[in-house]
Parts: sequence; structure tokens; C-alpha cells
Amino acid sequence: MQLVKDKEIVNDTWRYVPEDADLGEGDITVSLARWKSDQQSLLNHKGKVGLRLLPSDGVDSIVDDLDNIQLIELEFPDFADGRLFSHAWLLRSRYNYHKEIRAIGHYIPDQVFYLSRVGVNAFLPAKSSDLPFVLANLNDFTVKYQNSVN
Amino acid sequence: MYQYTETDQTLVDERVAQFKRQTEQYLKGELTEDQFRALRLRNGLYVQTHAPLLRVAGPYGLLNSKQVRKLAYIARHYDKNYCHFTTRQNIQFNWPKLELVPEILAELASVQMHAIQTSGNCMRNTTTDHLAGVCVDEIEDPRPYCEIIRQWTTLHPEFDYLPRKFKIAVSGALHDRAATQFHDIGLHLVKNDAGEIGFRVLVGGGLGRTPIIGQVIKPFLEKKHLLSYLEAILRIYNLFGRRDNKYKARIKILVKESGLDHFSDRVEKEWLLLRDANELSAERIEAMKLEFTPPAYDLDAASDTSFEAHKAANKAFATWVDHNTAAHKVPGYKAVFLSLKAPDSPPGDMTDVQLDAVADLSDQYSFGEVRVTHRQNLILADIKQADLLALWQQLDSLKLATPNIGTATDMICCPGLDFCSLANAGSIGIAKEINEALDDMDYIHDIGDIKINMSGCMNGCAHQSVGHIGILGVDKKGAEWYQITLGGSSENTAAIGERLGPSVAKDQITRAIVDILDVYIKNRLEDESFLDMVNRVGITPFKEQVYATS
Repeated sequence: MQLVKDKEIVNDTWRYVPEDADLGEGDITVSLARWKSDQQSLLNHKGKVGLRLLPSDGVDSIVDDLDNIQLIELEFPDFADGRLFSHAWLLRSRYNYHKEIRAIGHYIPDQVFYLSRVGVNAFLPAKSSDLPFVLANLNDFTVKYQNSVN
Repeated sequence: MYQYTETDQTLVDERVAQFKRQTEQYLKGELTEDQFRALRLRNGLYVQTHAPLLRVAGPYGLLNSKQVRKLAYIARHYDKNYCHFTTRQNIQFNWPKLELVPEILAELASVQMHAIQTSGNCMRNTTTDHLAGVCVDEIEDPRPYCEIIRQWTTLHPEFDYLPRKFKIAVSGALHDRAATQFHDIGLHLVKNDAGEIGFRVLVGGGLGRTPIIGQVIKPFLEKKHLLSYLEAILRIYNLFGRRDNKYKARIKILVKESGLDHFSDRVEKEWLLLRDANELSAERIEAMKLEFTPPAYDLDAASDTSFEAHKAANKAFATWVDHNTAAHKVPGYKAVFLSLKAPDSPPGDMTDVQLDAVADLSDQYSFGEVRVTHRQNLILADIKQADLLALWQQLDSLKLATPNIGTATDMICCPGLDFCSLANAGSIGIAKEINEALDDMDYIHDIGDIKINMSGCMNGCAHQSVGHIGILGVDKKGAEWYQITLGGSSENTAAIGERLGPSVAKDQITRAIVDILDVYIKNRLEDESFLDMVNRVGITPFKEQVYATS
């Protein structure tokens, strides 16, 4: 699998571990529920550990854990659910999270300009054929009216 | 009037390019219906009963003559020679071809216009008082703040996928002509005890299915905090507004369900974290005010004596002046309403010929500026009294001088079943029928100030719930029926109309309205307006009359 990260196409080195599966090896992401319930083994995990957030997951609840989270995936169940835009903004602007924030799931390439402005720096599109669109659409606008993360 | 900077122009040009690409992708099957729907809505494009509908933003209702000519051009080349003005000061074209919409948007961009965020679940066109800057009861001109808000809301990266649409209105006068109490956020410029001007902020108002009067969330907000406070409200709404049911997704429901106190606490907490880093500088405000400086008025305009003489000599002219002009802050000037409610034309519609002519008249008489009102009429805001007769004659020949502003035939009316895929019932036809029943202008003037609003469905585009008389089209087993409400108002003493009783059949609605007006004429006290009488006597006498004869 490939994704766009910092405006370049790169290979994905991360793997999502479903709720009851073994953590296995390598760099993994887990759900917020798993992060909260299984934190000790996750902290002992040999690879890097990231978190997968849904729109309904409050960002406030992970503020104290951010140092231990190496990647945050924002998973869109539906492209019209705009909460994740605020989650990204909060993570970057309010909680100073500087590591990778990645958009995954059912967003559309036409949203990546806005997503990049609120601080998302990596994009795993639903279809790999969308990769060129993601790259191109990051440059939809050269001007802006408001302050945001970018 | 605000002129685009290079940044503004680049932004609309890039938006056109983006939408052109999206339309091409859709036509090639690379975007799904759902995906393209969200994108086209954010560019003002609906798909309606017969054809797409394109809603163009009239930024706080202000247009220059060049823009009006462009609307005429678009009506001529891409539509059936007319366009429609809406209650939110926007402009609609009913017959554009989908594949040509990017081209239309490029035409609009060439005159500093766009259709960005005129529909969809995002922040919409900011509206204001149609007499801003010229009225006699103004605390401060709201337009500089409207433009600041226009820019802030346009392509806001965080708030473009809200739970539901979001509308902001600003009023700068004592008399609220912008219905600020019925907006998601209403901003009212007010003076505090220390003599400083700031904003009273209302939240959670709205019309549609569940009409609610907005509540004061901040009695006085300093101007420098305008954008940080808006951001705080929008973030709380974006995070906590309901997304499970589109009929409960507006901010009014969030405010209602969480309670104003709890909602305000959340906003306040969020705002305190943002406030100091996001101040609106005094320099920015001053620079924006310079974009709205008054035109070069003739300070000698009041010395003209011809105006009074013409009024005395010409009754029809005097009647038009009485009804279709408003007082102006500069002596010797008037603001002139162009009635888009001629008896035989659909409310709010205008032809390309009329648009071109109005653009010329605005250049000749009113500093090249035209405004759109909340009741689907136009205004030439700065007319010298000495020019009124000549202007009236020309407007009359254009059928834009029906002396009915603020009267029973100045109805607000949505496109209804004839055009809209949401509608349950027709509205334009009923408006025509009511107009025909009220064909005696003396009778209409005797009834005086009354607001009749008619929507073809409960989405309430024509704001029937705040009409002094509201008419709502409903579907009853496939037939068109109409529900009547009385006593609504969107002005300072905001109120939601009370239902008169069971809905009436299509062939009874005009008779019912005539009955209601008759009850008023027979029972009013001296100088008592229709709304005042409804407030005094309640709905019973009207009800008895309407249902006695049905």
C-alpha cells in the first residue's frame, strides 16, 4: 500500500491491529478503546504504536498520552462527517502534536486541501488510483483567508 | 463597495478551476452521485424538478452595475432570460445546463462574484440590512463586518463539513431588518454603557421545520473578538452538533437540547483558549471601513423644490414615493425600492432586459450600486429627490414601480412545486391568484403594512413562520393544501406565527386570505396595523371567519 506523506508518494509501513488480534511485530495502530484498555502491553511493544481515531472519539481523552503515540490516523466513516477536521486542528494547534496525522477511510481527494490546512500531513486514499488526485488537489488553492494550522 | 484584491480574485478563479475539474470527473464517472452532490452544493448547484438550479451569492445583498449586467448576460445565454432574487439576498438561475455551470462560474468570477457556499452543510452567504449605510437609525454600518465575515467563512478549512447549513446575519441599526433573531448566529451592533460599539451575539435562531427565536449568548462582544468568538461557536457546533438526523442537525437543536447555559459554557471555555491569539486588529477594521465610505453625495440635494411640486401635481408619483421609498440619512436623498412584485410576474423574478435597464439606472442615478432586499425586491439606495420623478417614470415603464412595497401584494414566495423538487404545493400560482383577488391598489394601501410569506413546503424558504400571514403548502393524499399562520414577525419583536386551524384546500386559500384581511379592516382600531391587531385580539375572530365559510 502506498500513501501521500508530506506531498510525496511513499510506502505504508504501518499495520492496523483489529480489536482482539495479537499485536504482532512492527509498527502498528490500534483503536482508542484498545489504547485505553491495553496500554501496558502497547508501551512494551517493540515497534512504534499509533492510534486510530473516529469522529466520535474525543481528542481531549488522549492529551496526556500524545508523547507515546507516534502516529494518529483519522478514519472517515463518511466524507461528510466534518468532526475530524476539528480533531486535526485541536491536535496540532492546541495540543502541539508534531508527528504524523494521517487521513484514512471514506474521505474524497477533493477534501485534502482543507485537511492539509488543518494539519493532516499524510493521506491514505480509499483507492490507490486516487494517489495522483491527492497529490494534485493538495495544490487546489494558493491563497487563503483564515488562520489555521497551515 | 468592496473591490476584490488580487487574493480575492485568485481565490475565486482557483475555485472555478477546481469545480470545472470536479464536474468533468463526475461526467466521466470518477465521482459518485453523493460525492459530487456535496461538491456541487458548495458551489451553489442544486438538481431540481426540471433542471439544475444555480444559486449565486449576493454578498450581503450588494451588487454593482457591472455585476447586474453580468446577471443579465447569464440569464440571456444560459437561462430562459430571467433570474430570481431570494430572501437571503442571493440570485438564482433555474435552467442552467450542468456541464455549463463551470463556464457560468467563470463569467461570475470575471466580475468579482461567485456561488461558493450558497448551499450545502457549510457556512452560507452572510446577510445584512438592505438599508445599511443609508438608513436613519443606524448605530454603525454593518457592511465592513459582513465582508470580514465573508472572507473568514469562505473556504474555511475546518468548518466546511458541518452537521447542517449555517447562516450568519448582521444588523447595524436600531430596527432589525436582517432577521438576526432567526439565524444560526445573529450579530447586532450595539452601544454599551461606556459608549463603545460592539456586538450583541445571538445563537440558535432559525426558521425551517422547527422555527426558533435566537437567544442572546453574549450581550456585548468587543469588535476585536468577532472572529475568535465565531470560531468558538463553530468549533463547538462542528464537534457536538447532531449528525444522526438531518432534521435535528441545526445549531438551534444543539442549543435547545444542551440548554443555553451549558452551550454557552462550552463556547466560553473554547473562546478563552483562542481569544488572545486571534484578535481582529483595529487597523484591519479601519481598512475595511474605507471600502465602504459614503459616495460623493450632493450636499445641496435638499434645496431642490421640484420634488414636492411633482408630488403635489402627480398623485400616482406621490403614491409611489409614499410606498416605495425610504428615508435616507443624507438630506435630499431617498432609498428607492424596485418592486419585483408586479401583479403578473412571479415574486422576485427579473428578466435580462430589466436587469440591464436597472444597471443603467443605477449608473445614472445611484452611484452604480444595486441592493437585494430580504423580501425579494431591489433597492437603489442613493437617489436624489430631484431625480425621483424621472426614475419613477423609467421604472414604471419597466414594470418595476408597482407601489406595493410592504403591502399585501409584496409577498415573499418560494419557487414552489413549479420548480423545486422538495415542494409539496405550488406557491407562485397562489401568489398570482391572491394578487388578482387584491387588484384594487386603494384597498391594498388601506390595509397598509403587512407581510405575507408563502412557502411550498415545511423547509420554509419563504419564511412563512415569521410572516404576519404565513402560508405553508402541505401535501394531503397527493393534493395541495395550505396551512395558515398569523402573527409571525422577524423584526425586533420577533415572533413565530400561530396556526389558524386545519389546512385549507387549494381552491379555498385565496378566499381565506381575503377573509382574514376583511376581518382586519372591519375590526382594527384607528392606525392599528395588521400585526398589532392580531397581537391584540388573537386569532379567534380570523379563525371564525375563515372556517365559517369553508
